[in-house]
Amino acid sequence: MAAVRLKDLAQKEDRLVAGHGMCLGCGIPIIFKIILRATDDPLIVTCATGCLEVCTTIFPRTAWNVTWIHSAFENAAATAAGIEAMYRALKNKGKIPQEKKIKILAIGGDGGTYDIGFQALSGAVERGHDFVYVCYDNNVYANTGGQRSSATPLGASATTAPAGTKSPGKIQPRKDLTRIMAAHKIPYVAQASPNKWLDLYNKAKKAFEIEGSAFINVLCPCPTEWKYEESQGIKLAQLANDTCVWPLYEVEKGHFKINYKPKQKLPVTEWLKSQGRFRHLFKEENAWIIEAIQAQVDEEWEELNKLAEM
Amino acid sequence: MKKETWRELTIGTINLNAGNSITNLTGTWRSGKKPEFIEENCIQCFFCWLYCPHFAIKVEGEKVIGINYDYCTGCGLCAEECPPKEKAIIMVPEEIKLAEGR
Repeated sequence: MAAVRLKDLAQKEDRLVAGHGMCLGCGIPIIFKIILRATDDPLIVTCATGCLEVCTTIFPRTAWNVTWIHSAFENAAATAAGIEAMYRALKNKGKIPQEKKIKILAIGGDGGTYDIGFQALSGAVERGHDFVYVCYDNNVYANTGGQRSSATPLGASATTAPAGTKSPGKIQPRKDLTRIMAAHKIPYVAQASPNKWLDLYNKAKKAFEIEGSAFINVLCPCPTEWKYEESQGIKLAQLANDTCVWPLYEVEKGHFKINYKPKQKLPVTEWLKSQGRFRHLFKEENAWIIEAIQAQVDEEWEELNKLAEM
Repeated sequence: MKKETWRELTIGTINLNAGNSITNLTGTWRSGKKPEFIEENCIQCFFCWLYCPHFAIKVEGEKVIGINYDYCTGCGLCAEECPPKEKAIIMVPEEIKLAEGR
């Protein structure tokens, strides 16, 4: 395979264009700049309600240069499944040539994927529809004002789990959706982040090429809700990889493969102190939460390494 | 632009003008700082193009040639991720002016 150069990717037409209303320093457009370039076939995109959907389609404008359908919060995967079934039917009836390749991409944030859209997603991949689902996981309902989701990590402050004198922020650990999707035993599941752009590009390419359902969970830095200086997003994503808070791995036909192992695994405090949403954890009375987070990250990383050795 | 009323809308609120958000100039959001491109320091790595959330890096052929201030929101990711020691993009202060006609 020829080496992929950013220079060459930049020559491709933008399928998502300028003029969208996403925040300063937002990670979402960066992620989809890469993913939308990973296939040259005609593409149909459906977005669950969320930051990307709201900010790219403020009527009468749209930032999408491809066929795009809005789904409600809970049914992006069901919409994608319906589109895929329709094209299969049209091919069977001979109205579209059998060999014509059409790619279908469903997108949701962590709210629309981990929580509200999970049932539709689980059902669609269980039925084995040929589509790619990408979740941009910014750990919070960012579009509606920062409510906690099941992707919000332990100890983070969110508007519905606020840190204060009576509360240390969210008291539940986050749900590990990538592993849950792997448990569906679908052909391809991966976890990625935008700082490792080539890794993300390769995963998206693989997901588009594989027949059947594919799922990619991408960490998405959010300056508004994580509370950090806008220019630091990509550095933060790297920190998430280096502390093993967000490991990069893929599961192909049931086989786990870790794509990035930090040379030196950093303590989670490096990750926590970089963002305002964790600031309260450094108070004396909250020290136990940092310990709990470190223990959880260590355990999950060890488990992942064992799975990759199998 | 003349405001459309519901009478002019396509049935099903279908938007047939793909990519028409380019008329929305997000550059007006900039407040106080903007990136400056220094061509002689540029190593053409394209990281600024990659990490710009607002598609504001001007590319001509295989070269980055500058910044499109119509869309740049001044977040500073391009300058932060510019790899050479002598950076090819630096953030500089920008005077905030009222929009014309105000």
